[in-house]
Amino acid sequence: MAQIFHPSFNTLSKVSIFGAVFFLGAAVFAWDSLLRSSYNTQVDVAREQPVPFSHKHHVQGLGLDCRFCHTSVEESAFAGIPPTKTCMGCHSLVWKDAPILEPVRESYRSDRPIEWTRVHDLPDFAYFDHSIHVAKGIGCTTCHGQVNEMPLMWRTETLNMDWCLACHRNPSANVRPRERVFDVDWDPASLTDEERAGLAAQYHLKSMLNCSTCHR
Amino acid sequence: MSAPAHKPPLSEVIAPGHTLTSVSEKITKIVLTRATPRGWYIGFGIAFLLVMVLLVSITKLLVSGIGVWGVNVPVGWGLAIINFVWWIGIGHAGTLISAILLLFRQQWRTSINRFAEAMTLFAVACAGIFPLLHVGRPWLAYWLVPYPNTMSLWPQFRSPLLWDVFAVSTYATVSALFWYVGLIPDLAALRDRAKSKPWKILYGIGAMGWRGAARHWERYETAYLLLAGLATPLVISVHTVVSLDFAVSVIPGWHATIFPPYFVAGAIYSGFAMVLTLAIPLRKIYGLQDFITLHHLQNMAKIVLATGMIVVYGYTMEAFFAWYSANPYEQAMLANRAFGYYGWTYWCLLGCNALTPQFLWFKKVRSNVVALFVIALIVNVGMWLERFVIVVTSLSHDYLPSSWDTYTPTKWDWGLYVGTFGLFLALLFLFIRFLPMISIFEMRTLVPSGVAEAAEKDEEHA
Repeated sequence: MAQIFHPSFNTLSKVSIFGAVFFLGAAVFAWDSLLRSSYNTQVDVAREQPVPFSHKHHVQGLGLDCRFCHTSVEESAFAGIPPTKTCMGCHSLVWKDAPILEPVRESYRSDRPIEWTRVHDLPDFAYFDHSIHVAKGIGCTTCHGQVNEMPLMWRTETLNMDWCLACHRNPSANVRPRERVFDVDWDPASLTDEERAGLAAQYHLKSMLNCSTCHR
Repeated sequence: MSAPAHKPPLSEVIAPGHTLTSVSEKITKIVLTRATPRGWYIGFGIAFLLVMVLLVSITKLLVSGIGVWGVNVPVGWGLAIINFVWWIGIGHAGTLISAILLLFRQQWRTSINRFAEAMTLFAVACAGIFPLLHVGRPWLAYWLVPYPNTMSLWPQFRSPLLWDVFAVSTYATVSALFWYVGLIPDLAALRDRAKSKPWKILYGIGAMGWRGAARHWERYETAYLLLAGLATPLVISVHTVVSLDFAVSVIPGWHATIFPPYFVAGAIYSGFAMVLTLAIPLRKIYGLQDFITLHHLQNMAKIVLATGMIVVYGYTMEAFFAWYSANPYEQAMLANRAFGYYGWTYWCLLGCNALTPQFLWFKKVRSNVVALFVIALIVNVGMWLERFVIVVTSLSHDYLPSSWDTYTPTKWDWGLYVGTFGLFLALLFLFIRFLPMISIFEMRTLVPSGVAEAAEKDEEHA
């Protein structure tokens, strides 16, 4: 009987059988790594904006409070993007002819808002409310990072569901006194575990893990 | 040519006069012929059209959403779950024949195990479609699998629906392995007998370099027995888990401890009925009466009768519990089942499943091929009705009378069900055409040894 296959097929078939297992494993690993990489999550990727607004300059340099611009953060689900009028409150006097601010002036003249690139954008199926987090003693920098050191805004957290849940499982790990919520220089290590537990009890912090807490 | 004393007379499991060569010839001829029978084209054509019905039904479902089905509150589990349980149940006969009867050294399993195993695989493939579509967004069905993800999402291991995922996927994997390992020596025989190069290569890849060496056979026997050992608990476990989908919940008519054994018996019952439904026309069309003898059909009929009686015991016990417990809710459930809106399905079910198999007590009926075929068909219908009674009647009347409602399947429900028949038959037709539907080498072991020696010099390949 004539040979159907060349002897090299012995090796080929063994390699393909065992290789398939490793190939599948590697493919799954690669896909998972891609999903967690900053390519997908945009962590540490500074985003272009129509006007290169620097949080570092305005917060660290000038000492503006977060709420000066994000006015509704304590009462509303949405922290609020400031209208052009807020910018012009100062910039009609300061740097009023700077070419870099021309889009701001143009927006003011034409009464069309500046189209900022949103950096922290949750998908629409996730319900998020700033006011409750602020009221329960969760500070801005806990989720948004050291905004006072960012010339252009970037994410320091993935905003993945497992990141949300890590805190929702154990919220007292990130609690701080209410009066320090907007303090960008707050040091999380300045509280002992007992003090955190005390704050958590005082603010009635609960582990909120129902699906419908966020997916309403 | 007489058989050894400790074995059953071989003439019962293989017709007299066969030699090793004639067995191989007869089985491989069906596959290796270039002339595909016209009947095959007609049968496959019909099956293919039904597959199109399946695809249209699935497309309509995906485009429009689950609302195209008749399911709604309170009957959230309609035809999809009925069909899932029905198809999964049918698969059980294949596993029982190939694994348990192998371990019990039942020689009569030999000529029916191959296509019964194929039937298992195809039935599981049909069954799998339904829960996948029933999740509503099938493209997210992989969330049922525990895998590392960025959502911290982990399946609910306390839910029987998740146990189902593991039970059915294990079942499909082990059945496929068992079927394939059993095929290897036969694929080698086909490779050696095939005339054209492409077929030699295709069968050659499948045969994985099988040369029929003593070492091959030794390892093969070990592997096959180990797989049989693995598959044996699955015969019991898979339908037990399916029954727990119902029994673990607290719906009247579902919450019963008798469910696991009663479901397993029902599965084997419907499975053997399906093997009979397939075997009777197959042996007639392909002239395989020598290999699938009346002895086989009678044995299967006896298993149908035995498992049918267990199922009837289940029905009786449900009625008995309702009476003996003096529980008004249990009694209301039974009254609704027998005399409510869907009462007619219950009586049809009893007619099909309890009454019909009683004819099998008579040897005259058991040896009448046409009667067996008709009874097998009726049992298939009966087992489908049983799942309809359990799923629909129970859900339509739960504890709150204000939420009672009826369920009517839509044409898309039926389209999907009829479509899976197409898939099942199409796969079966392809299997019959391209793979040996009876295990060649196992049939050859049934040839009486005197004949084997006389014919040995005719043999070229083991």
